[in-house]
Amino acid sequence: MDTLTPLTNSGLSPEERELFSDARPVAYEPYPAKVVEGVLNWARANSMWILAFGTGCGAIEINPLMTARFDANRMGVAMRQTPRQSSVFMIGGYASVKSLKRIIRSYEQMQGPKFVVSLGICPINGGMYWDSYNTINRIDQYIPVDLYITGCMPRPEPLIAGLLELKKMIKAGKCDGANRYVQNFDWYKENQKRVIKDWNMPDYNW
Amino acid sequence: MMDWLVKIGYFLLTLGIVTVYGLLLSAFIARTIAKVQGRIGIPIYQVFIDILKNLGKRTAVSHGVMFFLGPVLRIAGGIGTLAFIPVIYGSEVYSNFSMAGDLMLVIYFVFFGQLGMALGAGEGGHPYSAIGVARGLAQMSAFELPFALAIVSIVVQYGTLSITDIVAAQQGSFWHWTLFTNPLATVAAMIAFLGMTGYSPFDVVLAPNEIPVGPPTEYHSSFLALMNTNQAIFAAAKLILFMNLFFGGATNLIELVVKTWAIYMVAIFIGVAFPRFRVDQSIRFFLRVPTLIGIASIVFVQMTFAS
Repeated sequence: MDTLTPLTNSGLSPEERELFSDARPVAYEPYPAKVVEGVLNWARANSMWILAFGTGCGAIEINPLMTARFDANRMGVAMRQTPRQSSVFMIGGYASVKSLKRIIRSYEQMQGPKFVVSLGICPINGGMYWDSYNTINRIDQYIPVDLYITGCMPRPEPLIAGLLELKKMIKAGKCDGANRYVQNFDWYKENQKRVIKDWNMPDYNW
Repeated sequence: MMDWLVKIGYFLLTLGIVTVYGLLLSAFIARTIAKVQGRIGIPIYQVFIDILKNLGKRTAVSHGVMFFLGPVLRIAGGIGTLAFIPVIYGSEVYSNFSMAGDLMLVIYFVFFGQLGMALGAGEGGHPYSAIGVARGLAQMSAFELPFALAIVSIVVQYGTLSITDIVAAQQGSFWHWTLFTNPLATVAAMIAFLGMTGYSPFDVVLAPNEIPVGPPTEYHSSFLALMNTNQAIFAAAKLILFMNLFFGGATNLIELVVKTWAIYMVAIFIGVAFPRFRVDQSIRFFLRVPTLIGIASIVFVQMTFAS
């Protein structure tokens, strides 16, 4: 993969182009000492801060996670309202083209290591929106997904089961979605720009 | 020279104990709030995992020098506040750098961290940071007024600016505590304390779900870890300050833990019972009744003690 060429930021006007960074994203390098990386992975698995992106019907199922009945807090799961501080990106259901733009912006603003969980059947194959003119069918063509929780819609119980599964994967160091995004950056960008017609943001939102 | 090195060593020991205590206290409080809401809540060690995770997070964002200095100034404010408060009365190890006139210095340091935060968050460039900072500084100016009046009141009462002397004057029986000798100042300061801790109804600064998380919206990774650590130190330092000024100080660690926990519970009880104020309501609240109580306490002290 080409890591040296700066991004063109061709969606921006020449004046705006100077204001944004044209650097490419960098892959996450694990710490050389395996023990350190292991401890950090354990910490990441036990402290999952979720940025919930309520694009679709899934948003209504995410909220009860924090209530008295399900209480995801006891597993180290917490909600963060800003992409900068969160480590797990939760896509709550179908993504229209309009919200895909926001999904990409939020995802790129998150600092690594970051993980993506997608809820429901719609982001996997389109679900009931598979022939819709403004809903994308497969989310993993646009951003890398680490874990799918399927259902229409998944209730909070499968959500908790999914988060526990994600916890195991993070602990084993198997979630490499963010690195896949960096390595296949051009492919992802091409797909994104194919559906988002009014691309008026930098190529990578630092 | 040797004297100073020993003092610094003692202070580092105190700092370590207070940091761990502050973090555990914040986790305990989070659990208490969870119990009120009918939940189990976070494990007691969760705060340490959060800090470890944030330290291990990568950062690729730069907003300029002040953005990096913001958390540093903030933690300087927290450590500075603690450095001049005698933690345990009569103990050489835990007396820190307490000296004559340290009360003024401590009040300055309480303010200092907020200013650092304002500069750093301002450079972050996020609109919600700017709104949070504006709210924070406005609210702080408001609750500093009853707090400052209460401080003036007890300074007149005890005739000293040294925290150690103020604690010394309250020893003997619990009837000697400022809580009983000067209840008006205690009430005014405790209301200001509600604003300082930033729980509801005065959580207009962080205001989760309103202005996402306020000033630290752009802060992440190790910056956030630094700020979370500071939050614990700062909260514990403020609790110790209030304990020293109004509740007779502590002569051993157990007394310290019990008293600071009890003072914190005042803020928590009110926090879980009331929803958030609007910004204007919060600021006006401090400028009305608590300020009047503060003025009344000075009048009371003038009539009772300063003859």
